[in-house]
Amino acid sequence: MNAASPATREEPDASGAPGTDEKPIHILWINAGLSCDGDSVALTAAMQPSIEEIALGGLPGLPKIAVHWPLIDFECGPVGGSDTFIEWFFKGERGEIDPFVLVIEGSIPNEAIKQEGYWCGFGDNPETGQPITTSEWIDRLAPKALAVVAIGTCATYGGIHAMAGNPTGAMGVPDYLGWDWKSQAGIPIVCVPGCPIQPDNFAETLTYLLYQAAGSAPMIPLDDKLRPTWLFGATVHEGCDRAGYYEQGQFATTYDSPKCLVKVGCWGPVVKCNVPKRGWMAGIGGCPNVGGICIACTMPGFPDKFMPFMDEPPGGRFSSTASGAYGAVIRRLRTITAKTVDKEPKWRHTGREITTGYRPPW
Amino acid sequence: MATSTTTGDGTGLVEMAWDPITRIVGSLGIHTKIDFKQKRVAECYSTSSVFRGYSVFMRGKDPRDAHFITSRICGICGDNHATCSVYTQNMAYGVKPPHLAEWIINLGESAEYMFDHNIFQENLVGVDYCEKMVRETNPGVLELAERTEAPHAAEHGYRTIADIMRSLNPLEGEFYREALQVSRYTREMFCLMEGRHVHPSTLYPGGVGTIGSVQLFTDYMSRLMRYVEFMKRVVPLHDDLFDFFYEALPGYEEVGRRRVLLGCWGALNDPEYCDFTYANMSDWGRRMFVTPGVIVDGKLVTNDLTEINLGIRILLGSSYYEDWEGQEQFVTHDPLGNPVDPRHPWNQHTIPAPQKRNFDDKYSWVMSPRWFDGKEHLPLDTGGGPIARLWSTALSGLVDIGYVKATGHSVVINLPRTLTKPETTFEWKIPRWSNALERNRARTYFQAYAAAVALHCAEMGLAEVRAGRTQTWEKFEVPDESIGVGFTEAVRGVLSHHLVIRDGKIANYHPYPPTPWNASTRDTYGTPGPYEDAVQNTPIFEENPPENFKGIDIMRAVRSFDPCLPCGVHMYVGGGRTVKSMHVPTGLSGLAG
Repeated sequence: MNAASPATREEPDASGAPGTDEKPIHILWINAGLSCDGDSVALTAAMQPSIEEIALGGLPGLPKIAVHWPLIDFECGPVGGSDTFIEWFFKGERGEIDPFVLVIEGSIPNEAIKQEGYWCGFGDNPETGQPITTSEWIDRLAPKALAVVAIGTCATYGGIHAMAGNPTGAMGVPDYLGWDWKSQAGIPIVCVPGCPIQPDNFAETLTYLLYQAAGSAPMIPLDDKLRPTWLFGATVHEGCDRAGYYEQGQFATTYDSPKCLVKVGCWGPVVKCNVPKRGWMAGIGGCPNVGGICIACTMPGFPDKFMPFMDEPPGGRFSSTASGAYGAVIRRLRTITAKTVDKEPKWRHTGREITTGYRPPW
Repeated sequence: MATSTTTGDGTGLVEMAWDPITRIVGSLGIHTKIDFKQKRVAECYSTSSVFRGYSVFMRGKDPRDAHFITSRICGICGDNHATCSVYTQNMAYGVKPPHLAEWIINLGESAEYMFDHNIFQENLVGVDYCEKMVRETNPGVLELAERTEAPHAAEHGYRTIADIMRSLNPLEGEFYREALQVSRYTREMFCLMEGRHVHPSTLYPGGVGTIGSVQLFTDYMSRLMRYVEFMKRVVPLHDDLFDFFYEALPGYEEVGRRRVLLGCWGALNDPEYCDFTYANMSDWGRRMFVTPGVIVDGKLVTNDLTEINLGIRILLGSSYYEDWEGQEQFVTHDPLGNPVDPRHPWNQHTIPAPQKRNFDDKYSWVMSPRWFDGKEHLPLDTGGGPIARLWSTALSGLVDIGYVKATGHSVVINLPRTLTKPETTFEWKIPRWSNALERNRARTYFQAYAAAVALHCAEMGLAEVRAGRTQTWEKFEVPDESIGVGFTEAVRGVLSHHLVIRDGKIANYHPYPPTPWNASTRDTYGTPGPYEDAVQNTPIFEENPPENFKGIDIMRAVRSFDPCLPCGVHMYVGGGRTVKSMHVPTGLSGLAG
């Protein structure tokens, strides 16, 4: 992506943005936690705004940025040679690219539980020739970062790789750095959970932070699990278009039913996520709204507290029984009303007489 | 990085490492020794530095969780895992989903191919061939490109080859940006069928939760036809670009070339035939819309999924695991009574042994899958997926659905009329080499192939809806004891999932995606993995001297396989040091320091 960030290459500003002397904000992206790169990939789907709009300054007031992102970076020279991608991370450590935002993707394994070797590494240590572990990079870079952003449920809370029985002792970035950790700029760890992240959720958070860095937005509002409040304040169920079926006590017993899925495994009523409301991309797709049970992939308790996924959540039984009884009554009443409103008023007809209530003057 | 600014005199080998390699998925390291005098890569080691341990933490879990969990193996082709896991569970539970569900899954997976190959080809690999890159590595080639008219300019609209290259420049290039947009509406197509990308929400054993409606198919079809029109420009565009490299750099066919050792496990089931039983697997496997096959030196060894299954072996040798020899064997015989090898995935135990990296011994978290033909443990590759799929389908000559026809030596792809372009036919012919350019070319042709198969599946799916057969899920019971295997083609190639159920829980689960095959290390017999093998044969055409060397030919060789790992490639070259001896006990990267 450096091609779009000419300042990093000391070339004239090809983006045509005003203020070419402005120092860019660097984004150092470490995808080498225990990750699948799914959050990187998902971000390329974002359209509100898109990565090219963020990189090329397509929104007014965005600061100039230089992104060092493994997934699409132009640079890939040999280590120590020309265009070495990893060199930016060493520069960050040496304080040569101030300010920078550190983005971490993937959970952080516990490197202390074994005799030697590494669970995950990113680039090599020139002294030893061995990989530099991801946790060591966090130790080196977090104290110098303007902000630390955890992308995806793995980086935020440990996620699937921190499942019971895992060999690596994986955890999220707040577990590793401490939940009260703040950057030198006073910004707490920013957590954007999701497996993967909903594309626009992350693009929007990143945009917010860039506006904050540019001085045009106040401190990013986060909840006690460090999530942006405007994205993760409501539950799946509150934004699910199948909630009407729930209220009427109509529950699916098969996965191909259009009714509410809580009895076949959906955890939506207790999960903080905006996907049914927002759609997956361009308003298309989602989870329970399109027939996919919510497995709670944005939550700190994911996945263990929600498995087996295809079983009914234990808490769902009581409330669905209640809504079953209440819903049956409601449904009957609604059927009566529905019949009434399904008919046109009687004054819509042909003939010589007008019966709308209008009195003709002729 | 503390590398010396002066290089050797060019007579010795120079070490270079690329780590992490960008513009791939995950982290891959390639370490090489390069002979700048001969302009060849002398040695190559492929290393991956991330271990997560799916096979370890899946043990004891409910088997119905498997597709949700295994999807998270990969952030760009996770849906392939979810699909493969669902296939595996269908076999283990003895359930056959309704036809409409299978058409919906095929449409989702076709969209995944269309999305993934498009974004990788144009936004990741394409950058290796863009104007900016060619200017920095082979200015002479760019100069020639400026003077070379594109033969298919009428189809794609770019007058010269250099114009094509400019359009691929990151973010600034017009085609680069268009491809990003295409990667979005193809993901919308995917989300229509499978809920969300890349980890699907609506896939289940027994079928899907997607509501099969007229609207669903209309929304998909409208986008599909835009993609079909797009492919009518893209296929000729890439033909022009890749053909130019053969012409501009005589001998370029050697870049990334290796022996033809290709594997394809078949993809996109035909619900008329696929009943997910092991007993009938050889038959329904041959009915897939991408035909399975093992190809050695251009010859089809088998297209029988049962034979393919029984030939899989997992070797160690250079990876950080303890061997499982002497451990319990879960499956001694397959359901047909054939003996199953202790080194088969059904019988694998994953025992991580983290340790220091040592290129003379253990140097990667990737194992060494091989295919045993009765005599040899073959290091099959997938060539990134498409080349093996097209090659296998072409040789078998079984697919014939109008939009696609396999001829025995080629694959004919018929695309119908679209908004502004007439009916168009492309023919992918078996190439002379298994090399970087042909892997890339096949990727483009396979995009057209996937779109063509999707047209067929959409018509079949819509016919089900119109006939009122809208059920998309079938009930099942999880047995106490069972086994299952699923085969499909992930975007990057062969994908298998092997499941053993005991006491109603997962006793063993081993997924084998394409990248373990391609990125595998030297095995117990010392046979290098495909990247290692392909890069070791790669000549250097880059014009830069060692001090400015980017290794573009090596990167093109590696990226042609569409790597999808959890961690970079290392090669130490740049302004590096001359290696006096071939023996480097401390590991290649140490020399850079």
